Amino acid sequence: MSHIPLEEGVPGIRSLVMYRPDTGKPLYELAQVLLRDESPLSPAERELIATYVSHKNTCKFCASSHAAAARYLFDQESGVVDLVLDDYQSAPISDKLKALLTIAGRVQEDARTVSDEDVALARSFGANDRDIHDTVLIAATFCMFNRYVDGLATLTPTEDAAYAQMGERMGTIGYVLPQKPA
Amino acid sequence: MAYISLDEALPGMRGLLSYRPVIAPPLMSLMQVLMRSNEGLSMGEREVIATYVSSLNDCYNCHSIHAEVAQCFYESQPDLISQIKADFRSAEISDKFKALLDIAGSVQKGGKYVTEAQVSKAKEEGATDLEIHDTVLIAALFCFYNRYIDGLGIVSKDTPESLKQRGKMMAEQGYGH
Repeated sequence: MSHIPLEEGVPGIRSLVMYRPDTGKPLYELAQVLLRDESPLSPAERELIATYVSHKNTCKFCASSHAAAARYLFDQESGVVDLVLDDYQSAPISDKLKALLTIAGRVQEDARTVSDEDVALARSFGANDRDIHDTVLIAATFCMFNRYVDGLATLTPTEDAAYAQMGERMGTIGYVLPQKPA
Repeated sequence: MAYISLDEALPGMRGLLSYRPVIAPPLMSLMQVLMRSNEGLSMGEREVIATYVSSLNDCYNCHSIHAEVAQCFYESQPDLISQIKADFRSAEISDKFKALLDIAGSVQKGGKYVTEAQVSKAKEEGATDLEIHDTVLIAALFCFYNRYIDGLGIVSKDTPESLKQRGKMMAEQGYGH
């Protein structure tokens, strides 16, 4: 049961933005800009950072839905998502992305622990200011979404099929504010 | 020194919004809608939640400036914000607001730390659904700002005087521009 009355049968963030659309609208716009606007990181890589942080925050709704979006966007290489969640250091991703995931993990735990060494390592593998900025911004944003979704105990679907459908929607049309059923 | 090249003349979030202007419209619109309303929670209470969470996250940039903004709403209680930062349970605030700050403190640790008992307590003290919602969202939002600022290694260049001045301006003008 959610801590406040929300639209029945509507999961996670979708139920919250229906409850308060005037805060929901900028939250969805923010997600769209972060995850889909131009960036040196691909939408798939950015969804992967969102998934990794949500997974570390044990937010099942956000982790499962963004994992599904990342799988959809990685397409032929969709298997990489679960390998990263299992152990990103041994996953088949670039050294640059590994170094950025380390930074994202520090932001999730305690952002003050991001160090000069972490940033230097990412730069040594080719990360530029925008890569570092976007990684920190995405990690920080998901620390908000995860807390918002779990802090109000929203509905969390358990079946994988529900998330696969969400992932395809997120991978194609992106983040569009859901409307309350009439 | 910040980890990326930013305009050194701009403090805290201002430097980041100027680095990535495309995030400014949604973020400022969210701030204006969520922080500048007296429906349910007052503007002062909203700033107190922001300050308290930022102080738990030990984000100096955020807790120092939002403490100044918050204090502007409590002119007759000049020590209120420092009391709340030190121990909100012994501060002169309502039991309802204490129950909501308790929820905000759990959100700071993680969304799943919020318990049924904390929510029931807040409701018993008269908190509405909207007040509980806004408390959780403000606490979550400042977990974002704190991480964005500290994760990029942004160091405050404020002085006690500049904090007071900027805090007063933010309290008066809000976040809409």
